[in-house]
Amino acid sequence: MRYRPPTGRKLVNWVVSGGAAASALVGIVFLVWITWEVLYRGITALNWDFFTHLPTPPGVPGGGMANAIVGTLVLTAAATAASVPLGLLAGIYLAEFAEESRLGDLSRFSANVLMGLPSIIVGVFAYALVVLPLGNFCGYAGVVALAVIMLPVVTRTTEDMLRLVPNTLREAALALGAPRWRVTLAVVFRAAKSGLITGILLAVARVSGETAPLLFTALNSPFWFHSLAEPTPNLTVTIFNYAMSPYHDWQQKAWGASFLITFGVLWITIVTRVMLRERKG
Amino acid sequence: MEMAHKLPVGPATEEELPASARLLASFGLTSKVATRHLDFYYGDTQALFDNNLDIALNRVTAIIGPSGCGKSTHLRVYNRIYELYRDQRAEGQVLLDGVNVLDPGFDLMELRRRVGMIFQKPTPFPMSVFDNVAYGLKMHYRLSKSEIADRVETALKKAALWDEVKDFLKKPGTSLSGGQQQRLCIARSIVVEPEVLLMDEPCSAIDPIGTAKIEELINELKANYTIVIVTHNMQQAARVSDFTAFFFQGRIIEFDTTQKIFTNPANKQTEAYITGRFG
Repeated sequence: MRYRPPTGRKLVNWVVSGGAAASALVGIVFLVWITWEVLYRGITALNWDFFTHLPTPPGVPGGGMANAIVGTLVLTAAATAASVPLGLLAGIYLAEFAEESRLGDLSRFSANVLMGLPSIIVGVFAYALVVLPLGNFCGYAGVVALAVIMLPVVTRTTEDMLRLVPNTLREAALALGAPRWRVTLAVVFRAAKSGLITGILLAVARVSGETAPLLFTALNSPFWFHSLAEPTPNLTVTIFNYAMSPYHDWQQKAWGASFLITFGVLWITIVTRVMLRERKG
Repeated sequence: MEMAHKLPVGPATEEELPASARLLASFGLTSKVATRHLDFYYGDTQALFDNNLDIALNRVTAIIGPSGCGKSTHLRVYNRIYELYRDQRAEGQVLLDGVNVLDPGFDLMELRRRVGMIFQKPTPFPMSVFDNVAYGLKMHYRLSKSEIADRVETALKKAALWDEVKDFLKKPGTSLSGGQQQRLCIARSIVVEPEVLLMDEPCSAIDPIGTAKIEELINELKANYTIVIVTHNMQQAARVSDFTAFFFQGRIIEFDTTQKIFTNPANKQTEAYITGRFG
């Protein structure tokens, strides 16, 4: 046996771990940069009026985005209400009942494809499905688009989380004489609860920042939110319009809205984490 | 003579009774569970071959044998828990009080209420200690809140766990120690008043003190329950059981009183196994 000196391995080790650290650093740098920029420029645009007043034309001082804030909350809540029950049920089906069924494989495959679908295409789909027949842009179309985006995310995370629950737990509940649906709801769901909540909140976080699907559907509106049957004001399309505009005060407001969305999503994520950690401990 | 008519009847009556049934009859014991010509398959692989075994009423029967010999597989047919997995199937008969439970018409939930199971790893549900025990109770019986509380307490006492958890009933079941969790699972099983308790290596994940407590418990429980215990630990089989079946490669090699199996086995393979020469 010939001795192989360790210098080569040491070098490889150094290069690989150095490269990994550098890559991580690059990712973190951009995250911090974007967050800082949004925070720094956005926070100055926020004031009481921003949360309580309607938008004003360019050049007119004051004004806010109260309508868009309400609109985004309504759109997101409605999309969540529509997609979460469906997604949970679909996830249950995939994880608990469709292990080796064609329908299961097909649904799982569709969900995966749907998850990778560019959101603008979902917007066009909702446009053709709702806006064209109704003849006008409306909040319902936006809800449909957002729900379609959320559905596969909720379905797949539900399936993955339920699959993490060990079979021994299912066996134990079945061995007590529980029917399958009770095993799923009372035991498996409870065991996977934190994962399921995380999945739902991640889906919420994802759609609350979507712009493209709303451009074709809910559109936007400078007025108060009245009903989902009309064009619905929302933050993301407002950001899109204001940021593209040549007016400095509108651009400022776009930064403010960006700040609101970014930190709203960040807040959801952090709250979830903290909540889950407390449950576990 | 009184015993003969209590032995399982069914399609097997025409044939001569298997040796296990004759053994129980010779002691004047009733057969609570009996398997007849039981074969088991994992997909295309046959794991059990023509198992004929009789489990005596209100006695402890141990199933021993080397790893992979089919002990657990055999046990998992009794409550049809294997049906969770699509590629597993059993052929033959499992007679509970003479009725074939493998008959698709046999009510699965009723079967599992009558035949409880304790698993190798403790499996507390993700809920409080109290709710763990109350879970099966609420499912099978209509009871008032106070009755539920009474029965939960009784079950925890029977499982020798009450004194340790009576002040922590609201705490999650998973916060107990391994041995306590396993006794919680026993309480959870006996609260629905099963007739048979299946124990699949119930002490293999438990420390020696926890094991001693569970063995003591088995001794007390056998007055009211018919117990079948699969174990890797031969000392444990010798300590807790009245009858022992030795399994090897999916076949029942020898079945007799525990005393006989451990002191004077008739079969050479049994002797080799219990003296530690293989397995």
